[in-house]
Amino acid sequence: MSIVMRVAAVVLSVAAVGVADAQEMTLSAAISMKDAVEELGRGFMASRPGVTLRYNVGSSGELQKQIEAGAPVDLFISAAERQMDQLEKRGLIASATRRVFARNVLTVIKPADSTIDVAKAADLLDARISKIVVGNPRTVPAGQYAEESLRALGLWDRVQPKLVFAENVRQALDYVARGEVDAGFVYTTDAAARGRRVKEAFRPAEDSYRPVLYPAAVVAGAKQAALAQAFLDLLVGREGQTVLARFGFQPPPGGVR
Amino acid sequence: MSPDTTDALLLSLRVAALATALNAGLGIPLAYVLARRRFRGRGLVDLVTTLPLILPPTVTGYYLIVLLGRRGWLGGPLYQLTGWSVAFTWYAAVVAATVMALPLLVRTAKAAFESVDRDLERAAYTLGRSELRTAVEVTLPLARNGILAGLVLAFARALGEFGATLMLAGNIPGRTTTVPLAIYTAVQTGEDPTALLLVGILTALSCVVIVVANQLGARAT
Repeated sequence: MSIVMRVAAVVLSVAAVGVADAQEMTLSAAISMKDAVEELGRGFMASRPGVTLRYNVGSSGELQKQIEAGAPVDLFISAAERQMDQLEKRGLIASATRRVFARNVLTVIKPADSTIDVAKAADLLDARISKIVVGNPRTVPAGQYAEESLRALGLWDRVQPKLVFAENVRQALDYVARGEVDAGFVYTTDAAARGRRVKEAFRPAEDSYRPVLYPAAVVAGAKQAALAQAFLDLLVGREGQTVLARFGFQPPPGGVR
Repeated sequence: MSPDTTDALLLSLRVAALATALNAGLGIPLAYVLARRRFRGRGLVDLVTTLPLILPPTVTGYYLIVLLGRRGWLGGPLYQLTGWSVAFTWYAAVVAATVMALPLLVRTAKAAFESVDRDLERAAYTLGRSELRTAVEVTLPLARNGILAGLVLAFARALGEFGATLMLAGNIPGRTTTVPLAIYTAVQTGEDPTALLLVGILTALSCVVIVVANQLGARAT
């Protein structure tokens, strides 16, 4: 064998060994779940040598569209049932694996050094509030919940001129933290994540929007379905629920289902 | 065509036109100075005006926020004084487009100026014309085709600006959603017909730009 062939054979067999041992699982998670999922992922990888988790975070709407376009994702975590429902309708998730494992609460935040008094929804109409950020309601669950709440309170049309749309809830959080806007709709878990730069102004009445529920499911045709299921089991199990609670998530009403 | 689509098209045209006008006002004199004058810091000016061409648009977008945001170096004092910030307004889209397209104009115009026969300029000087008059009456007309090519390229670049615009102006339908941003949202929400229409329009415009720029470039030599 020529030297080139020999080198190629060595390289290929090393690569083959690498591929056989390494298992990569791709997880698309709503960005509000990013920190909790990464922490759980660290423990997951530590207890499974050779397994690597790849996190794909963004707004649930964006992630849903990626899966519809055939993205090779193994597990999908959404911040609303709507996106998961749409995937289920198209047969793109393994329905039997779908579980709702966490719940969040919507809150309105303002920059930490803001001196504007915002104690209730109607205060958003104050002239000193010139810009309010919400997730783009077309693709971001946090924006969808915000729109729902503002409509229920009869304020949606009147705050329209002040609205700035963010591509996901963490971008909304960032705009408030930078002081680029006067107020924003995020989840309580997001507010806690940037606790030094933002403060909660008020929480919209919980009956003004549908509950923020996080469903998770193994994606249909997932290459790493077993690993995905294992991670899902971790999310719904006691250890996962404890970590989620530490980040400020609540268990879904009626417990994990 | 839905109202959102027409809004995006009109906004994009307005933004690109204004950005190109600003670039012309800023870029042509700058290109002349870079082409014809030697001065301290010339290399630095050349570098800074070329940066937006090389830097990833999100990096430029970040710098623009740091500079012009409510707490920015320039935007901060402005906000304190007037309560107004450029972020999330259509002016932000203009700023982003101007900054991103400037290098294209400056480099093309600079090359056009450099290709003008200096003997013609010297002849004008010996005839008593000042540098300024020579620049305007002799050099500029001779460099005209190259400059026009640069303006056309800058216009196309401004029309297609996405990354920096998204960061500084945001994506607000009817206010800051330009055609590239509208395409992005249409794809994200699965509205393929809208995406296709806008993509088609931008592609057609880009083809026209290339043809025109090539013609002007050919006539310049």
